[in-house]
Amino acid sequence: MNVPSSTPAVRAAVRQGVSVSVATGLYGVSFGALSVAAGVGLAPTMALSLLMFSGGSQFALVGVVGAAGTPVAAIATATLLGLRNTLYGAVVSPLLEVRGWRRLAAAQLTIDESTAVAVAQPEPAASRAGFWVTGVGVFVLWNTFVLLGALAGDALGDPRAWGLDAAAAAAFLALVWPRLAPRRAQLVAALAVVATAALVPFVPPGIPVLAAAAVAVVVGLVAPRGPGAAGGPTDADDTDREAVR
Amino acid sequence: MTAAALWTTVLVASLACFALKLAGHLVPRSWLASERVSRVTTLVTVALLVSLVVVQGFADGRALVVDARVPALAVAALALALRAPFIVVVFLAAATAAGLRALGWG
Repeated sequence: MNVPSSTPAVRAAVRQGVSVSVATGLYGVSFGALSVAAGVGLAPTMALSLLMFSGGSQFALVGVVGAAGTPVAAIATATLLGLRNTLYGAVVSPLLEVRGWRRLAAAQLTIDESTAVAVAQPEPAASRAGFWVTGVGVFVLWNTFVLLGALAGDALGDPRAWGLDAAAAAAFLALVWPRLAPRRAQLVAALAVVATAALVPFVPPGIPVLAAAAVAVVVGLVAPRGPGAAGGPTDADDTDREAVR
Repeated sequence: MTAAALWTTVLVASLACFALKLAGHLVPRSWLASERVSRVTTLVTVALLVSLVVVQGFADGRALVVDARVPALAVAALALALRAPFIVVVFLAAATAAGLRALGWG
């Protein structure tokens, strides 16, 4: 991994990564407290948090265990929710260009937040900086606060009272905002909202995101190229211009 | 669940989740190199991020709810329209939600 030269885009990616890491990492308190309350002891809770490191899957596994579900049900649920990380890995891998043990580290750090920050950047060096700062930042803070939550229970308070759930939503909105200029991106965004909202009540968490991605694949494959698509030379050109403004 | 069953569950599920992540990273580069795939990837990125906004902003388990996160997102959108920096957008959203909850709503 090259040390990224400190361009304004790289510095912006680092700042975004730090913000997202704090908003997400502090949420570990909730998981630690919930996991211990569900009867998963301190050591299994920390093993889960360090080794699985995927919030949705962790909450789901602990939920099944707490409801006296079977090991097979717990494993299946957590694995299903982890499926979107395969898609994330395929998307960020060409941006990172890593080999050997760094590829294993990159895989473990591939989650919603690190992917979101990486893909939102206008240049490869910024994508790499964003991915690693967010991935490592969330890993360190998430596991630290899971430990605190597991030890202290609810005594540390509810992260929702600090608005951290809203902060995470706003971070995702800020990351997608510069990409919404092309007409086709707006169409995909609207369809993603509909697909996600329609599915949330009926399928396990984590699946609506995959469905939204599937809708985007269909639009990308069937929509014709042309002036009506983006109002400019190509979608990519439009996106890049917007992203670096 | 016994301690042995719990540990087995934790370790097997963690291994499965890691394998899924790694599988994505091992997709051959040549599959992703075409112009068409890069066009699709650009749109998938938009869809993923928008879907995460909806899930993180409106979902409570499997229910869709309107709580303090919604006005917080509205404030964030306004700040983005005014070209506020990322950290300001995130902070304003957190402050809005925290403030509304301190007042007893959402």
